[in-house]
Amino acid sequence: MIIEGRAWKFGDKIDTDVLAPGYAMKLSAEGLAQHCLEAVDPDFAKLVQPGDIVVAGTNFGLGSSREQAAISLATLGVGAVLAKSFARIFYRNAINIGLPVVTIDLTQEIAAGDVLKLDLAAGTMTRLKDGYHRELQPMPPHLIDILEAGGLMAQLKQRRGL
Amino acid sequence: MPQTLTQKIIARACGRPTVKPGEIVTVNVDLLMGQDASGPRRWRPRLEELNAKLWDPSKVVVVSDHYVPAVDAQSAEILNISRRFARDYHVENFFDMQGISHAIMPERGLLRPGMLVAGGDSHTPTAGAFGCYAAGFGATDTTAIAITGETWTTVPETIKVQIDGELGPEITAKDVMLWLCREMGMENSFKSVEFVGSTVHAMSMSERLVMSNMAAELGAEAGIIAVDDITIEALKSTGGDYEGAETWVADPDAHYCKTVTLDVTKLGPQVAAPHAPENTDDVGKFNSVKVEQCYIGACVGAKLEDLQMAASVLRGKQVSPDTRLLVAPATVRVTEKAAADGTLATLTAAGAILLPSGCGACAGMGAGIIAEGETCLSTTNRNFQGRMGHKDASVYLASPYTVAASAVTGRITDPRELRTTTRNAA
Repeated sequence: MIIEGRAWKFGDKIDTDVLAPGYAMKLSAEGLAQHCLEAVDPDFAKLVQPGDIVVAGTNFGLGSSREQAAISLATLGVGAVLAKSFARIFYRNAINIGLPVVTIDLTQEIAAGDVLKLDLAAGTMTRLKDGYHRELQPMPPHLIDILEAGGLMAQLKQRRGL
Repeated sequence: MPQTLTQKIIARACGRPTVKPGEIVTVNVDLLMGQDASGPRRWRPRLEELNAKLWDPSKVVVVSDHYVPAVDAQSAEILNISRRFARDYHVENFFDMQGISHAIMPERGLLRPGMLVAGGDSHTPTAGAFGCYAAGFGATDTTAIAITGETWTTVPETIKVQIDGELGPEITAKDVMLWLCREMGMENSFKSVEFVGSTVHAMSMSERLVMSNMAAELGAEAGIIAVDDITIEALKSTGGDYEGAETWVADPDAHYCKTVTLDVTKLGPQVAAPHAPENTDDVGKFNSVKVEQCYIGACVGAKLEDLQMAASVLRGKQVSPDTRLLVAPATVRVTEKAAADGTLATLTAAGAILLPSGCGACAGMGAGIIAEGETCLSTTNRNFQGRMGHKDASVYLASPYTVAASAVTGRITDPRELRTTTRNAA
């Protein structure tokens, strides 16, 4: 699984109310995604491009169990989230909907706009402009299986022979 | 190998004598809860796509509490989706506009100590007050559980939170939890918390529910309290199953990854400032903060005892003309009991405005939303930016005593101060 895109940088404790605000929760997935992160960066939803990578600090996705927090990022085309640490429910939700999440601290090294290339199978992250390189912590095999199937629903479908 | 209560419950749920932290195991779920925002509405299309049924409708609870009562055609349709789901998939434990799931499950005797509870809501850990391992999950995880009855988990390390000493007058479990949010931070992810000590043992079930509920704010996956006489009494009084319940305690020499100790003897009222529950300090630090709204609501802060706390402050007093006090009882049974014992009359005589039971303004979905620039002091559990309405609104968190006292003065007020003033005036 190769992901390549520009880095968007966010700080610590990006919570689910910021990722998927309650006041927009009745909207369609596309409508809700337009409000994703607007409290901290009003331009994010407008300017993010498919494949772009979110780089953040600690406890990314804390708060509610709402899966729309991960779905909104995926709907906007975000290719992966690289954070120093994740809240548990968000982490599971992201894997379950097929959005790669990697626990790694890049908050010092990576600047907004840097173009990054992730190779999840090989477990590497490279910055294209200068070849800056980091190894990624290996992901447990059962999570790679879910991501490779395209998410938990796709995996269940396969298992049920559909 | 001695085990924490968390390990014991997970071991039982995966059919093994013991489990170790870090192991990835598949567990059988004893009870699955889905609410209207993330349950049937998300489950049904996926179940249909997979041509699947519920693995065991008797182990599924559906509660409509987020979009209640409907305020527009969209929310009305979401509630209808839950009704049709409960009917078509034979869910007997369906609670339609009866109150908030985390208050409904204990009140209706649905929890049994030792259960592994999975809920489609981040405050599912509330059930830990009954000696359950209860954790929140997103909609895809809960769909998979609805079909298979199982899920994977990494056995968490357990943090022991040892709380001792007698709480002072007008000091509550809410103050303890806000203090712990500051002390422990909100990033105890992939960890379970077990609350022990003389203070916890002395707490009523209502107060224990606050402890376990706000384990979610610590970032923990579960917040568990071992079974004792209070648990058994609560099970008996709600028609719950208490046979063998007393066995659900941690082994005496179990290993904890960390122990946090708190002596509550000198703990005063705590207030969390915007925009996180960990931004907590003593109430006195905030006494210049004016509040346009005081809100008593949510699973954590509008149970019968919470309303009684507020009433004890408001008896014979009036809500300040500079603010408004909204009260949304956690369940319809709470409303019924608070009406019967005079609590509601005390609140409304003081000028409180009653709202329907549901997640309401706490989840940013129901009545009581605040405008740009407004400040609300709330008994709820979470004050993230934009949660209760406008992104440039401010939400402070406190106990029902503190919120009621602040409603009288129109600014954040130490409830003990109000009591002293009244006594002096008398």
